[in-house]
Amino acid sequence: MSVGWKETPRSVLLKDGRLGLRHGPIDLIVAAQGDPRAVTGGYERVRAQFETILGDLVGELYLLRAPVGGGQPMPSGAIAGRMARIARRFPADFVTPMAAVAGCVADHMLGVLIGDGGLERAYVNNGGDIALHLAPGASYKAAICTDPTAGGHGGTIEVDWGDPVRGIATSGWRGRSHSLGVADAVSVLARDAGTADVAATLIANAVDVNSSAVVRQPANRLQPDSDLGDRPVTVQVGHLSAAEIDEALDNGERRVTGFVQAGLIEAAFLTLQGRTRVVGERPALLSPHAAIPRHGVDRHA
Amino acid sequence: MTTRAIKSGKIRCDACPVMCYIAEGRAGACDRYANEAGQLVRLDPLTILQRHSESGGELVPFLDGADDWDGGIVADGDTFITAVGAGTTYPDYKPAPFIVASQVDDADMITVVSEGIFSYCGVKVKIDTDRHLGPERAPVRVDGEPVGHVTTGEYGSQMLSLGGVNHLTGGGKKEGRVTCATLLALCNGGAVEMAIDDGSHLIVQAGRPPMVNGEVEERMRAGCGSAVVGMFASQWKGLVDEVVVVDDHITGVMSEHQAGKVIGWPASGIRIKGRRSTPGRYFNVAEPGTGWGGTDLADPLTIVGDFKTGVAEPGRSLLMVSTTGEHSAYYELDDALRPVEKRMPDALVKTIERIAENCEPALCSVVFMGGAGGSLRAGVTENPVRLTRSVRDALTKVTCGGAPAYVWPGGGITIMADVARMPENAFGYVPTPALVAPIEFTMRRDDYQALGGHMDHVTTLADAARGVTGRQNDHVLAGRRRVAADPQNPWPTNRERARS
Ligand code: SF4
Repeated sequence: MSVGWKETPRSVLLKDGRLGLRHGPIDLIVAAQGDPRAVTGGYERVRAQFETILGDLVGELYLLRAPVGGGQPMPSGAIAGRMARIARRFPADFVTPMAAVAGCVADHMLGVLIGDGGLERAYVNNGGDIALHLAPGASYKAAICTDPTAGGHGGTIEVDWGDPVRGIATSGWRGRSHSLGVADAVSVLARDAGTADVAATLIANAVDVNSSAVVRQPANRLQPDSDLGDRPVTVQVGHLSAAEIDEALDNGERRVTGFVQAGLIEAAFLTLQGRTRVVGERPALLSPHAAIPRHGVDRHA
Repeated sequence: MTTRAIKSGKIRCDACPVMCYIAEGRAGACDRYANEAGQLVRLDPLTILQRHSESGGELVPFLDGADDWDGGIVADGDTFITAVGAGTTYPDYKPAPFIVASQVDDADMITVVSEGIFSYCGVKVKIDTDRHLGPERAPVRVDGEPVGHVTTGEYGSQMLSLGGVNHLTGGGKKEGRVTCATLLALCNGGAVEMAIDDGSHLIVQAGRPPMVNGEVEERMRAGCGSAVVGMFASQWKGLVDEVVVVDDHITGVMSEHQAGKVIGWPASGIRIKGRRSTPGRYFNVAEPGTGWGGTDLADPLTIVGDFKTGVAEPGRSLLMVSTTGEHSAYYELDDALRPVEKRMPDALVKTIERIAENCEPALCSVVFMGGAGGSLRAGVTENPVRLTRSVRDALTKVTCGGAPAYVWPGGGITIMADVARMPENAFGYVPTPALVAPIEFTMRRDDYQALGGHMDHVTTLADAARGVTGRQNDHVLAGRRRVAADPQNPWPTNRERARS
């Protein structure tokens, strides 16, 4: 008999018509509206493609975990190649293509879903990193996450067809992947989800301050095969003073401004212990209201 | 679960191609597996039941489309924190991980939510089959280890009793481990291969048809051959001159059967090769097999001898059918009184369809049974025996992952719950070995106070649903998972049993 769990690719058609897909660390929610035949056809293609994507990525993991700029060859897989290309666009002292993995899976699957058209609105949500498709006139509204652990949110994002935004991603120290910074959440709007994903990771790393309230540990002590090596990642953030919060947010804002000026992203929404900051070309896209203060409650409470 | 120790403290998860190395006390990339003291365990996020949920499956953890995000406002009446993924405070005798206050129809209710570690537990398995699976009391083995035994035969089914403290901790080390793994797989909806001493080889999975000696048991028969003759006698009268219902157990012959006699069915002159029990009922017409009616027959005429001359007449008709309606054939006697197969008249086809309709799908059902021990009850109240009394008096309602639990009469809190009604992957295990099962106790706030409840550890439902953990809770929760409530289950906090 076998009692061992095997995380084989799984898909489920949700009652509301969305498609859920899961394999190992990949969790996708796929939604499409438009010509019913285009929706069904898209779902079928997505489901078929999904069978192999994790295996393909893992096959090139050694390349994807290496910092860019080391002169290593381009990975050959469609998603892996997209990850490497996007990561190379970012001027950072340290970034690996893995920073783009969730967003690039979403972008790739969105392309598969759209196929040769017929969809009015579609999205692929990969654990919070979202790739969007909007036909002329369509728009998309989402809640902005302020706390990835509890799913708290503090505002809405509205993306119109005319906006140069087709990707949204969120990063923070409480999230699934480790962060060098202390941001509860950084949400980024960019032209695609892969770009938003890398930017969110790098901005969240920048939202940082030297404080005794912050506990850090080498990434590879927590996750032996982490692409971050022995860099200190945040494991706990105690109560920060107002000055510390400001300093950390300032640091983050500087990086956002740099990315916006370089034309990499459109806007970002930063949250730290109940304080929020909206930075970017199109702050109107983001309407922060009623941000929920969550400090004082951490995951080890 | 296959793990290989890599270096001390680190293990490799091989549940998916990522093959994460996981450091002690940490989770892998998907947050679903963790290394707990060198053991790979499957974590599950705290599971929240949602009534009238728009989506039938899991909601994504964060930043989802606003059109299906209701703003995080949790309506008390429609949200229930289950113990699946809640963790346990065992063995610290601390308050349970979640003691959740909610308002139900204007009454203040408390639900104490905890994953219980059950060393006293097992499953009762009901297997819908008429086949002989093995003698009563015969051991049931998995990987060669005894994990339980065959117990009573019930209507159209055979019961197995698996697990229990004597197999979990009373036997050898391997016996305990295999028993625990078997229970875990069955409770989480997995398939388990088992063999019964001097009996069959089975594959059992909750909610699925059983596989017996490599054959899938599709349907429960409508009844034995004799019963089918009785059930359909009046419907067949006038449509056909003779009916034989082929069954491995008892084959029924209409014209000879009591049911035929009472409605004046005339003799047909048929002769059946087999051991006659009472009139119209025959044993051992063939060997057991996968042909007609659980026999090895491919051609049912094999069991029909020569028709009696003088009684049988050319042109008379004969219907042969199995107890599930899966096999059927229609014959007419030629001049030599030999049955010749003909196209079945439509009126008879309808009766065959009705037999099939009366066969329920054959299933395996798995009912978890466990006893809530001292520490689990101490997590609820400082005075554990009062919880027992409160449950007895129906002031406190017990659910397992939101599914209704039957509480056995007598001492202690021994419960049974149908695993198919619980959220997916609701069970875990500890290497003791013992199963970890979700259990929730719901009662009125004043009743909770009266039984010595941990009032200073109460969290509101809204807080719990958005990720606030009680101060007694010292482990990392993997996240929240919202699942649609099973509409078949009564809502866990409705007060039909807990006093209102
Ligand atoms: S921990 Fe999760 S992602 Fe890692 S190998 Fe196991 S199943 Fe895959």
